[in-house]
Amino acid sequence: MRWVVANWDQVVSLALNHVLLSVLPILLSLVLSIPLGWWAHRRRTARRVLLSGSGILYALPSLPLFVILPVLIGTQILDPLNVVVALTLYGVALMVRSCTEAFDAVDAGVRDSATAIGHSPGQRFRVVDLPLAGPPMLAGLRVVSASTLSLVSVGALIGVPSLGYFFTDGYTRSFLTEIIVGIVGTVVLALLFDALLVLAGRLLMPWVRATDTRREDR
Amino acid sequence: MRFLLSALAWILDPAHWAGPTGIGARLGEHLLYSLLALVLATVIALPLGLWIGHTGRGRAIAIGTSGALRALPSLGLLTFLAVALGVGINGALLPSTIVLAVLAAPPILAGAYAGVEGIDRDVVDGARATGFSERQIVTAVEMPLAAPMVLGGIRSATLQVIATATIAAYLGLGGLGRFILDGLPVRDYSQMLAGAVLVTVLALAIDGLLLLLQRSLVTAGVRAATGVET
Amino acid sequence: MTRRPVRLLAAGAAMLLALAGCATSNPTAGSSPAAGSSAAAGTIKVGSANFPESEIIAEAYAQALEAKGVTVERHMQIGARDIYIAALKDGSVDLVPEYTGNLLQYLDPKTTAKTPEEVNAALAKASPQGFTTLTPAPAEDKDSYNVTKQFSDQNGITSLADLSKFQGQLKVGGNPELAQRPYGPKGLTDVYGVPAGKITFTAISDAGGPLTVKALKDGSVDMADIYSTTPAITDNGFVTLSDPKNMIMSQNVVPMISDKVASADVKKTLDSVSAALTTNDLLAMNARNQGSEKASPAKIAGDWLKEKKLV
Repeated sequence: MRWVVANWDQVVSLALNHVLLSVLPILLSLVLSIPLGWWAHRRRTARRVLLSGSGILYALPSLPLFVILPVLIGTQILDPLNVVVALTLYGVALMVRSCTEAFDAVDAGVRDSATAIGHSPGQRFRVVDLPLAGPPMLAGLRVVSASTLSLVSVGALIGVPSLGYFFTDGYTRSFLTEIIVGIVGTVVLALLFDALLVLAGRLLMPWVRATDTRREDR
Repeated sequence: MRFLLSALAWILDPAHWAGPTGIGARLGEHLLYSLLALVLATVIALPLGLWIGHTGRGRAIAIGTSGALRALPSLGLLTFLAVALGVGINGALLPSTIVLAVLAAPPILAGAYAGVEGIDRDVVDGARATGFSERQIVTAVEMPLAAPMVLGGIRSATLQVIATATIAAYLGLGGLGRFILDGLPVRDYSQMLAGAVLVTVLALAIDGLLLLLQRSLVTAGVRAATGVET
Repeated sequence: MTRRPVRLLAAGAAMLLALAGCATSNPTAGSSPAAGSSAAAGTIKVGSANFPESEIIAEAYAQALEAKGVTVERHMQIGARDIYIAALKDGSVDLVPEYTGNLLQYLDPKTTAKTPEEVNAALAKASPQGFTTLTPAPAEDKDSYNVTKQFSDQNGITSLADLSKFQGQLKVGGNPELAQRPYGPKGLTDVYGVPAGKITFTAISDAGGPLTVKALKDGSVDMADIYSTTPAITDNGFVTLSDPKNMIMSQNVVPMISDKVASADVKKTLDSVSAALTTNDLLAMNARNQGSEKASPAKIAGDWLKEKKLV
């Protein structure tokens, strides 16, 4: 505990960096995956390409991706952008599947009724498909959030500061307290992000709670 | 593209395959580390998941724990266990197996309880009415019907474990992560990417094999009865 | 709910649908982490290698410069030499602490320089275009091969030159990059005649830290590369093997800096830090970092600068 107090400034600054590195990939993976997921939902070939592509990407170890990105996108090797881009790719790999399945799960009857009462395809997407696919998409986003916050720490191996610094530095001097601070910090951030996502979900999709009770009864 | 080609050239170089530090040996180590973790995770998570699915108890706890486990950074848990267990580099297999098992447990658990929960309650009640014991219900009704989702969970766990088993190299162990961590400090991109490609191909190949297994294990009757898409 | 097996979406995500909702706004968004990469003019980006001593020295540079009113951006624990040199060259950092011999060997693998004077002279010529190594500090820290007292006594080995007569398989532990360095297993073979087939190398990613020490103590390795300023060497009574053929070159701490930021004032400040830095200082600072205090590099460097009246 004394170590935590003595090094509080460092804990805060690394946690802040951790947050900054995570926020963008999480949001981007949602924004990018909605159109991709819709496309995969509508077109069989797109589904095949996107879903198998995301499977391959997900099986790719993160460290080499972090390291090779500067060569591929022309960034400097310590640019935090490398980590942001890599994590966005992983986020999209997870999220495209969630979005596709979420759109798949929308009841065809509801969709037909929407067309029947005169909605244009664009309107239908906005008032029927997107709201109904929202809950499973948020479930997917919560997974992306947890996995992104956990993966950010790997950046410590290439000198991009985050709470992961405490893992490598703590390992280098066999110092448990430091490693524990890193783990607890990461988990706390993950819970915080999750709570924010749930809260945002309740605000944006107030109708969801009705389905909530039904599910619990099952 | 240039780098991918140089990585492929690196892999195809016969000199990189032989010996105790060659690709062949590293592949074997990688599979061994992954298998150990998957066995450990399955032994714990599968019975637990079936029990949760059967009794309906402990589901909230299981979901909560799974969520918390997913938020645990693997690198942090790995360094923590390596230092806390104090087993040094000789016993590094212990922390690495635990870390990978922690990663594998949630999908296996979820596959098991979701598989059992997804079974039509009338089928289970019918079995109970015809005099099946609870044990018989689990083994003769629920397990076969849940098999596709159980295997789905194991497949998902396998993919993640193989992709993540690279971290064992951080503790001085072997496996395909060796190529990644040995290439990193000297900026040997060909070697690093070769390691990454090998891991990815291995993970997807095993995933494909498990998919075939999953299909063959689901009996025709179950397939017809449940309409399970595998 | 689909009956499709839950694949990549691990665990009970599907069970959590109930509480779901769509987040399109995020209160923590607003500043991009991508910003910070290009520092404002007049800023010096200080980097360090991925071991504590390098970070401590880099902190000393950083804080000494800050005391002179220079704005400093820190990039600590970047990685091994190959990586931070590349970071210097692509402008990600401007200043890193270096070690003369290893740096020279890296820049000019064929160098024949041995003594500190030769090394310093050669280094001045070998520095890449646009970068300068300033005056080295008296402080020395180098890679050193260590064995336990017991191993040394049993096999009569006190020098790297004795290794060739060792009968068994020699298990060597060190950083992953040691495998590629001229003073690594290759050097043991080329310089000291230990057959390559008799060396087994184990990579330990803790920069000669406690796990390397433990590996040596518990016999996982026979010989370990541990930096000479590591307190654990004397604490554990390890025998540092002498290096009669100077395979590991003379190593003094030296700042390597980009000419773009190396103004006369900056050089003067860094020179004053170097002039004050001794080998014993490094030992003491490493002890504070790794011993029971576990002080942070920033704190250790700050205290040292005050003690030497440099800030």
